[in-house]
Amino acid sequence: MELALWTYEGPPHVGAIRIAASMHDVHLVLHAPQGDTYADLLFTMIERENRRPPVTWTTFQARDLGSSTAEMVINTLEGVCERYSPQVLLVAESCTGELLQDQPGALAKGANLSAPVIPIEMAAYTHKENWGASETFYQLVRGLLAARALKPGETKAPRAADQPPSVNLIGPTKLGFRCRDDVVEIQKLLEQMGVRVNVVAPLNATPRDLLRIPDADANVNLAPEVGDLTCDWLKRQFQQPIISTVPMGWGATRDFIAEVSETLGLDIDVESVGGSRLPWYSRSVDSTYLTNKRVFIFADGTHAIAAARIARDEMGFEVVGLGTYSRERARDVRALAKEYGLEALITDDYLAVERAVEALQPELVLGTQMERHIAKRLGLPCAVISTPAHVQDYPARYSPQMGFEGCNVLFDTWVHPLIMGLEEHLLTMFRDDFEFNDTAAPSHLGGEGGGAHQPDSVASIEDAAETDEPGAIAWAVSAEKELRKIPFFVRGKARRNTEHFAIENGLSVIDVETLYEAKAHYSR
Amino acid sequence: MTEVIARAESTGTPAVITERGERAVFCGLTSIIWLHRRIQDAFFLVVGSRTCAHLLQSAAGVMIFAEPRFATAILGERDLAGMADCNEELDRVVSELLARRPDVRRLFLVGSCPSEVIKLDLANAAARLQRVHDNRLRISAFSGSGIETTFTQGEDQCLASMVPDLPTAQDSSLRLMVVGTLADIVEEQFRRHFAQLGITEVDFFPAARADDLPAVGPGTRILLAQPYLSDTVAALRKRGGKLISALYPLGIQGTLAWFQAAAAEWGCSAETVQEALAIPIARAQKALSRVRTSLEGKTLQFLPDSQLEIPLARFLSEECGMSLVEVATPFIDQSLMAEELARLAEDVRLVEGADLDSALARVRANRPDLTVCGMGIANPLEAEGLRTKWSIELVFTPIQGFDQVADLAGLFSRPLVRERQLEVGSWS
Repeated sequence: MELALWTYEGPPHVGAIRIAASMHDVHLVLHAPQGDTYADLLFTMIERENRRPPVTWTTFQARDLGSSTAEMVINTLEGVCERYSPQVLLVAESCTGELLQDQPGALAKGANLSAPVIPIEMAAYTHKENWGASETFYQLVRGLLAARALKPGETKAPRAADQPPSVNLIGPTKLGFRCRDDVVEIQKLLEQMGVRVNVVAPLNATPRDLLRIPDADANVNLAPEVGDLTCDWLKRQFQQPIISTVPMGWGATRDFIAEVSETLGLDIDVESVGGSRLPWYSRSVDSTYLTNKRVFIFADGTHAIAAARIARDEMGFEVVGLGTYSRERARDVRALAKEYGLEALITDDYLAVERAVEALQPELVLGTQMERHIAKRLGLPCAVISTPAHVQDYPARYSPQMGFEGCNVLFDTWVHPLIMGLEEHLLTMFRDDFEFNDTAAPSHLGGEGGGAHQPDSVASIEDAAETDEPGAIAWAVSAEKELRKIPFFVRGKARRNTEHFAIENGLSVIDVETLYEAKAHYSR
Repeated sequence: MTEVIARAESTGTPAVITERGERAVFCGLTSIIWLHRRIQDAFFLVVGSRTCAHLLQSAAGVMIFAEPRFATAILGERDLAGMADCNEELDRVVSELLARRPDVRRLFLVGSCPSEVIKLDLANAAARLQRVHDNRLRISAFSGSGIETTFTQGEDQCLASMVPDLPTAQDSSLRLMVVGTLADIVEEQFRRHFAQLGITEVDFFPAARADDLPAVGPGTRILLAQPYLSDTVAALRKRGGKLISALYPLGIQGTLAWFQAAAAEWGCSAETVQEALAIPIARAQKALSRVRTSLEGKTLQFLPDSQLEIPLARFLSEECGMSLVEVATPFIDQSLMAEELARLAEDVRLVEGADLDSALARVRANRPDLTVCGMGIANPLEAEGLRTKWSIELVFTPIQGFDQVADLAGLFSRPLVRERQLEVGSWS
């Protein structure tokens, strides 16, 4: 039993729904109690889908238990075939359905239905949403293609001379982070390279499209959380190589181009494919102020790994924390963190992430909607880079994270919450101006997200003297006044550092000298 | 999938058509979202699965509260396989939680579909935990599971679970208990109105503080602020309370009738009530008349969801001039709905239960001007060119009482006004 305030991922059957909702002519029947249908709103409200996900639920209630739940499964399956005539029928259970042990997959197989049935085992009490999506997509592809796999000793036929090289984009789904736009951006990029996109799946694909997957020369594993398992299987069964660089960030996009070229045997000059404004924006003088800003990164595995490289190598930040909630990617993230001199935070406990952010006091948090809460609470700037995300992270505008346009989007998104170069100077210059309000956020920051709302409750020496806490540190009034002269957006860090310094040096009172000793001690 | 049973009764109320099929409704756990805002020092611990946790954060306006007063103890494989003692695990989780939230005065253990299917006895667990934490807070259990409860019925189960804790009234003097969650602002208005009527012996249940438990006894008169509280009423009746049968305080007529029914117990005539409340009534009429113009003559269909459908249908047809195409509700308690049903036209199509696909087929055939439905269905219907009002707003927004009448009507008029205003084409 595990205490959860928020969860980063939903249950595995929500992953199955993501696959069904991404596709056309597929229908999912879920053996689940009344109430589990809330999942519809993830798609219709958060992602503003204009259709209900193609899911029908048995919605059993207490009165059905013990007698008629298996019958409900059959009735539901028959009703769905009649009403929707799907090309493929997926059958699964939610967590409660699993406890009833009605085995809807077996029931469906034996029911002589008009649509082919693919049962999915969810194991709801050990797995989570991304696993469910990955497993469902894998079972679907395998169910459709297993009979066509290459026989032992057979080799994949070489591409016909008159055919352009081609790839499949594997993994993008509904409710994935900016998948809609990433697919468009990567298709454009590949087109520039003269590479044809054979099938994109599961997003907007039909089961018939999946049957064409083996026609491509290689598979691009665009969303590894969903696509890993399927790409591996396709490699084994159809000898399709995997292009595994996720083209997120300037360097990674160029690496992606190189990997595609190499895999497909093309001779392509990376420079000719396209470019981004990110390198120049990052080199322009205003960005000097981004140098070694301390960033904390927490996301799904793919976005965390990509963000770390962009943050350090392309924005000039210092990565002070790196983690993921994707246990499947824990090994990759751990290895990368080690390279950055960090210990990775692998957890799906929101409170553990909050403690880490609080302890590190970063200057920017790159995370999910959960980290947005944490940052708001701690008064830290934050940008959302990964699911789980809020309705506002499914924007109307074209906003890819991948490819060269993705670099532009990321630069803007990450810099926007920060206090920018000249502005930082001006704030310092005018901090004693009677018209300058210390608590006013910079004009480009709205009601939240800025560092402006950091609480500043100084326990003065008079107050502190009354506390009997052993080891408590008091601020002398003069030091407190001096602290207030430090710009508010770094004041929290200055306070913590100074107190830390005082503790380490066995001081019980912080005066102006201590403040500057600490500043010198921590200066880089 | 559909089972239709028409009950022909010559009672002057509409016949009830029963439907059985797929139900697109929230489970009772959803009630926690408004209950935890109402009872400000209570904490709701769902004992369930990752699905329960995911529902709560998805339904709660998508994670709007940084530190909610609800959480989920997620059952894992070890708990189900009997490798871990669920009760020991629960004790550990509760201790962890209480250490983190020393301000909590009441803890609800909330049962879910999985906890009920595996027959985890949370009432027993609550009693055991109460003994451990006896001096600190009260602990009780109720079910919010989808197999037992639909949406608003979670509140019914929660309040019913608190009834045994209510102190026994010292004497049998008359005392009014307003039952059902109301927004603070509505409670204040109602208190003022009751004072104007000379009724000062008024308690609201649940109160904003968990320890404010009203006494109950033979002098208690139960006045329902929400229509979905069958089990709570039964529990209060067992403690000696008497139910005042009334319309629900939605709309001017509903609110007036509600106060009149209560005041009658205090020997106050209907006319006296009308006179005493003349000012807020006039104010409400003025405000409503502006909104009414957008609603008058428009057709309306309710999909089954909140159990507020019947009183809302009464308000929207009687006071706003809307025409009812169909009123569907998950469950009808004939005794609690008696007054309301008597106000519906006999030819209104009244449906109890649900069969989603056939209900949607009827919406498509009827093409009503407005469909009241659950959140998951609203955008798809909008995309088909139909205007909708998603019903969860009706339980999150203050809609009861005179001064909220125009706000309530506004929830329904806004989609229609918006349709006239927008010049951006449609989905198709």
